[in-house]
Amino acid sequence: MANLDVDLPLLEVREGVDRETIETVAAMGAYKYGWATDIEMDYAPKGLSEEIVRLISSKNGEPEWLLDWRLAAYRRWLGMEEPHWAMLHYPAIDYQDQFYYATPRSMAVKPKSLDEVDPKLLATYKKLGIPLKEQALLAGVEAPEGERRVAVDAVFDSVSVGTTFKAELAKAGVIFCSISEAVKEHPDLVRKYLGSVVPPTDNFFATLNSAVFSDGSFVYIPPGTRCPMELSTYFRINAENTGQFERTLIICDRGAYVSYLEGCTAPKRDTHQLHAAVVELVILEDAEVKYSTVQNWYPGDEQGRGGIYNFVTKRADCREARAKVMWTQVETGSAITWKYPSCILRGDDSQGEFYSIAIANNAQQADTGTKMIHLGKRTKSRIVSKGISAGRAQNTYRGLVSMHPKATDSRNYTQCDSLLIGDQCGAHTVPYIEVKNTSSRVEHEATTSKVDEDQLFYCRSRGMSEEEAVALVVNGFCREVLQALPMEFAMEAQSLVAISLEGSVG
Amino acid sequence: MGAVSVKPEALATRLGGLSLPTGMTPARDAALARLSAMGLPGKRDEYWHYTHPSAFNAATAMPAAVGDNGAALFAGLDAVKLVFVDGVFDAASSDDLTLAGVSLSRLATAPEGHWAQASYGALEAAGQSPIARPWAALNTAYASDGLLIHVTGKAAKPLSVIYLRRNETSDVVLHHVVKLEAGAELTLLEQGPAASRFNHVLEVDLAPSARFHHIRAQGRDLARHAVTHIFAHLAAEALFKSFTLTADGALTRNEAVITFAGHDAKAHIAGAAMGDGAFHHDDTVFVTHAAERCESRQVFKKVLKHGAVGVFQGKILVKKGAQKTDGYQISQALLLDDDSQFLAKPELEIYADDVKCSHGSTSGAIDDGALFYLRSRGVPLRVAQSLLILAFLADTIAEIEDDVIAEDIRAQLETWLARHES
Repeated sequence: MANLDVDLPLLEVREGVDRETIETVAAMGAYKYGWATDIEMDYAPKGLSEEIVRLISSKNGEPEWLLDWRLAAYRRWLGMEEPHWAMLHYPAIDYQDQFYYATPRSMAVKPKSLDEVDPKLLATYKKLGIPLKEQALLAGVEAPEGERRVAVDAVFDSVSVGTTFKAELAKAGVIFCSISEAVKEHPDLVRKYLGSVVPPTDNFFATLNSAVFSDGSFVYIPPGTRCPMELSTYFRINAENTGQFERTLIICDRGAYVSYLEGCTAPKRDTHQLHAAVVELVILEDAEVKYSTVQNWYPGDEQGRGGIYNFVTKRADCREARAKVMWTQVETGSAITWKYPSCILRGDDSQGEFYSIAIANNAQQADTGTKMIHLGKRTKSRIVSKGISAGRAQNTYRGLVSMHPKATDSRNYTQCDSLLIGDQCGAHTVPYIEVKNTSSRVEHEATTSKVDEDQLFYCRSRGMSEEEAVALVVNGFCREVLQALPMEFAMEAQSLVAISLEGSVG
Repeated sequence: MGAVSVKPEALATRLGGLSLPTGMTPARDAALARLSAMGLPGKRDEYWHYTHPSAFNAATAMPAAVGDNGAALFAGLDAVKLVFVDGVFDAASSDDLTLAGVSLSRLATAPEGHWAQASYGALEAAGQSPIARPWAALNTAYASDGLLIHVTGKAAKPLSVIYLRRNETSDVVLHHVVKLEAGAELTLLEQGPAASRFNHVLEVDLAPSARFHHIRAQGRDLARHAVTHIFAHLAAEALFKSFTLTADGALTRNEAVITFAGHDAKAHIAGAAMGDGAFHHDDTVFVTHAAERCESRQVFKKVLKHGAVGVFQGKILVKKGAQKTDGYQISQALLLDDDSQFLAKPELEIYADDVKCSHGSTSGAIDDGALFYLRSRGVPLRVAQSLLILAFLADTIAEIEDDVIAEDIRAQLETWLARHES
């Protein structure tokens, strides 16, 4: 539990919301990852132009086709308008007042192995609880050596610092490296799949990303392979006034399986920083991808100064029969969150799942949800979204469930719950439901409430104290989502999520 | 915010053949100014995402054959009958405009200084924020007639408005104003197709503890188009109940804009829609809770076949301070074949923490298990299907308090099902 002596002048404790919950939410204001690494950086000139796009491409030593791809995206982006349909209010973003490329000077010549990486960088990740030494584990988890190992790709501003366990993964045929490396080492795979899920024309932020993406992770799991360990990318924004535009591409070939974790943090700054990422998942026949995110970008201070503007396009394409994807996200950070991890259920009998906890406190604004596009027959999707609002924050679930005429005998179940703590915040639900065949069933439920009085009464009548009862009921609110997380992340998420768990666990 | 303004010449074309009727001049002028500022809705207008407004944007009404609407509903009720034929009040077929506890007059003949001058268009104007409703503004500006109903006590009888249609190209704009004083009670019944293209506004202003019941059966003419708006404003402890039955019709957009301004008020809105073939039906509801301890309830069900399209857009907005709000919303569709569609956008926007709000939306086919159960007990397939469809729609009829009225509505559903068995 975080510091419990936090002053809580703004939050009046309402009947039915227990003290611990409120304290945990309040304590989240004390952002733990707000320090910066003092390191010499190389920047591209400020602003965005064709020259900058060319510079990023040449820094990464990219082939001609990729430069052309970027330039086409950039030219298209110039004619696009920033979308404003989300329930988000922020001052206009000056896209010329940003750095689009920043890299630690020590990374100018790419280190051949982690041993050659600048110790300051390694120390940064160590301090974040992400030791890049192989055999190491994410913090907070005790496990016998050799078990539940996690391979990490660490991205620092615009470059990948290093990737662990590459050799061991290669033995299984798994490719896990930075996307800039993949462009060089596996050009055919990248060329075949890059932009095939999120085309460069997709939306304003994805198009921007297509023009200026600097680095990110690339994963290929060969047919019939169960990835021997969990893969993880850790994104760290360090440099000031620098946007981060990473691009992740995961290809899970027939019958393969991978569990992928993503974490992110940034230093406390008084100015807003832009983050516009794209994640593409290609899932072939009988393959399965679990993609888990703990998004903990700097949320800004109580007054809404600083914080990350997080505009992310994530999409999974279940391209063939019986492909399966599961998105799990715990969104606690960012001043602005605009994020809708989606599933295109193209293959017959494919499945998509979306589990989300979104917490907004102070002046944070989150507009997040998912899209389930049912195209194949007998496709299934499940959405469980838990939104918690506190302080003056606004939290919106926005989602689409679409059953196309040919997606016969398909199923969707959606559950969106919102919990409000304090009377200055807002919780909103904006689902779109489109059903175009008779044999599919779609069910959508949404509730907004404080802690349910009937449940409290039930617990009280069985002899529990008020506090125990509240703890139990509130615990239940997020549990479905927490349980969907891999164990490593569940630990981190539990300490982040502003919900008290049974007793003092977490 | 709201309507995306289309080209000014499109609005000019739409309004080309129209001239402002006399009476209520300041309100009509203001409405025209609102309309000019907001423009007409376009395809890219988020509020018209699932319903194309082109039929309403067109300069003239599309011809629609006059259908057989069968015998009038609610014949068993002792009510004041008020008949409009193609939007023109038919005094000969109507009862006298006299009823104890009610002051009843017509918009077209309201003299200068009429009580409704302060009310006409007021709730419509308030209902233009946060979302623009251009057709309602157009209605206030151009309505040719309507009823002005002022209720000071308990109305002795219900008012039964019958809209008949004889003309294949009638383009009708009617606007009713209902004002209930504290503790007053009124039941308003509306039925019939009214026009080839019908633009209808009903403004309902309820003083504390007033009780208003509204039951509407929209005509069965297959090719008619209708855009309707109800604007209701509820003071403390007021009750507003509205039920709409829609069977057939090429395009129907029913908007309800309900605002709770006083504490402990209740509003229940329900709709049953049945479409076979060229049928597009859109229920758009916007409920604003701006006072404590109010209860809103939305129950909408649709039965769709042969390419019929059902749309539901329902929003519950709970403003800061509207604590102890109880908001409920359910929208369901029964798709009887693969050609039909159900498109829903049930929204919650909540700025108060001590509230209970929920919405549910489901869509699917007739339950095979239930069908099998009935057939195994010797019920023929068609009868079993009709029974299950009626059972599906029963929740909406349950919202009607008066048994006689509910029975008439149920009979209408059965007749429709019998006609559309295949």
